[in-house]
Amino acid sequence: MIFDRKPVMVQVTRKTVHNPGFVTLFFDLAIDFQPGRFIMVWLPGVDEKPYTISYHGPERFGITIEAKGRFSRQALSLSPGDWVGIRGPFGNGFDIIPSPHVAVVAGGCGMAPLAPLVERLDPNLYFVHGARTKDFILYPQRFAVKRHFTTDDGSLGHRGFVTDLLAAEIRRRKDQAQPQFDMVYACGPEMMMHAVFTLCEAHGILCQVSLERYMRCGFGVCGACVCSDQVVCTDGPVFNSDQLQKMTDFNRTALLKSGQPVALSEYVSWRCQ
Amino acid sequence: MDKFLGIQLKTPLVLASGILGNNAAILSRVHGAGCGLVTMKSIGPARRDGHNNPTVIDLGCGMINAVGLPTPGYDNMDAEWQALSDRDFPLNASIYGGSVAEFAEVARFVSDQGPDCIEINISCPNSDHHGMLFGVDEKAAHAVTAAVKRVIDVPLIAKLTPAAPDIGRIAKACEDAGADAICAINTAGPGMVIDIEAKMPVLAFKKGGLSGPMIKPIAIRCVYDIFRAVSIPIIGLGGVTTGEDALEMFMAGASLVGMGSAVRYRGIQVFDMVNRELNAWLDAHDTTREAVIGAAHHLTGTPTHEPVSIKKDRSSRDRKDTP
Repeated sequence: MIFDRKPVMVQVTRKTVHNPGFVTLFFDLAIDFQPGRFIMVWLPGVDEKPYTISYHGPERFGITIEAKGRFSRQALSLSPGDWVGIRGPFGNGFDIIPSPHVAVVAGGCGMAPLAPLVERLDPNLYFVHGARTKDFILYPQRFAVKRHFTTDDGSLGHRGFVTDLLAAEIRRRKDQAQPQFDMVYACGPEMMMHAVFTLCEAHGILCQVSLERYMRCGFGVCGACVCSDQVVCTDGPVFNSDQLQKMTDFNRTALLKSGQPVALSEYVSWRCQ
Repeated sequence: MDKFLGIQLKTPLVLASGILGNNAAILSRVHGAGCGLVTMKSIGPARRDGHNNPTVIDLGCGMINAVGLPTPGYDNMDAEWQALSDRDFPLNASIYGGSVAEFAEVARFVSDQGPDCIEINISCPNSDHHGMLFGVDEKAAHAVTAAVKRVIDVPLIAKLTPAAPDIGRIAKACEDAGADAICAINTAGPGMVIDIEAKMPVLAFKKGGLSGPMIKPIAIRCVYDIFRAVSIPIIGLGGVTTGEDALEMFMAGASLVGMGSAVRYRGIQVFDMVNRELNAWLDAHDTTREAVIGAAHHLTGTPTHEPVSIKKDRSSRDRKDTP
């Protein structure tokens, strides 16, 4: 089912607390979905924000929320039985390539939209996940496929960036004359996604990344989420290499609530308030 | 090529203010998709964030919105004005203010940035302090139009609200004050949608303007009334999503037709689609757009040709991605 008009009120049926900063709320509702699409989540009297679907089954779905600003902290405190309004799903979702030669690169809560994608990709994928520390690794037990970790402090896996591992793997495939990646999927901080894109461009590898912008309507009319000439809520949120090459606002500019374009760093600090 | 207020337009279609117009790149894309005149989001006197979400909800038969006039403020848009100075498309700059003086202050600055025309938004229902008051009172409409006209050197368009008891009289007041064209209508209402489970209005601002197919008959009636009241050209908009809707608007008296909510239902490409549908109908009836403007005012109208069915692609872009 699609619920892209007036919000549909649904009850939280289950809540998983991953750690103090991340929870997943589950709802018993059959909703059409492709990995990478998102819903608008309304907390009556508070606000409405876009969240990707991080778990999806025939009769149930879940959204994973990171404690960041006013809205997410309220959402984090919800309990089973509490009501929220949802609209969606909106957006395009990832283009799933049926190849064993794909990579998934997740940074922090960028893991959320990638998790249902990992479950649909070939199990031989190359999978990297970076976080601040071991404690911030989302879904530590979720996947059967091997995951390579990076942390800022070295508390789990490689100490450094996800692109360190991705670059090494690209080089290894080249040096050992193994098939190169047909696609690299990435979601995380925009600076990280841009680093993945730049690395892929240097090696002629295609990639898809999922962008985040302040949104209002979710269905491509209000223009709040424009990034260059692309409307993130309907043309995206997933963009491929061809599109990213032309999007000069990528990793550079985003609009504040007023519509004012600012440097991405200023936008990010506003979004974390 | 169509000509409107001396501006060359590649099609008679206009992007409604408040739809997409947040940067030069997206305005250029809309123009590339078949829109003759693109309109910027309304520019106000000072930075304003607009309302919290939910701000825009699709009701199926149209939308309800209370975005709340977000704006960086006219003097805080240097990069945008710079990007727009190199444009290769006609640009309509929508402006608003909370007083006649504020309207004039914004208009003077914006005029210097070189838009092809300026549209005064005297009709927005979504703020407690801006806009609509001017659009429901003849004296106020006259005063703000005259004040803006004095300080700009590009054509002036007055955007009107269907909330006016007699929209023809408001249009006439604007014409008398120097308006070069009328744009009608802004959103109708305001209306309200209450969620019965949440037991509260869905929009954070509680009430919001109605747009899309559900308001088309109101828009057609308003344009019809305005056409009888003024001699300046009219941009007709409100619920137009197909070529047939556009023809209805032309026959009511519009010279150009605007679209906004239609982008929700048929995507940005709606401009190309409506152009094709419009031209197919005109060709099949062996007539021209100029000839049908105001046709509904001739009381002896008879069919000039057997009705034809126009092939329409109404597929919703949002649904096609879904398995």
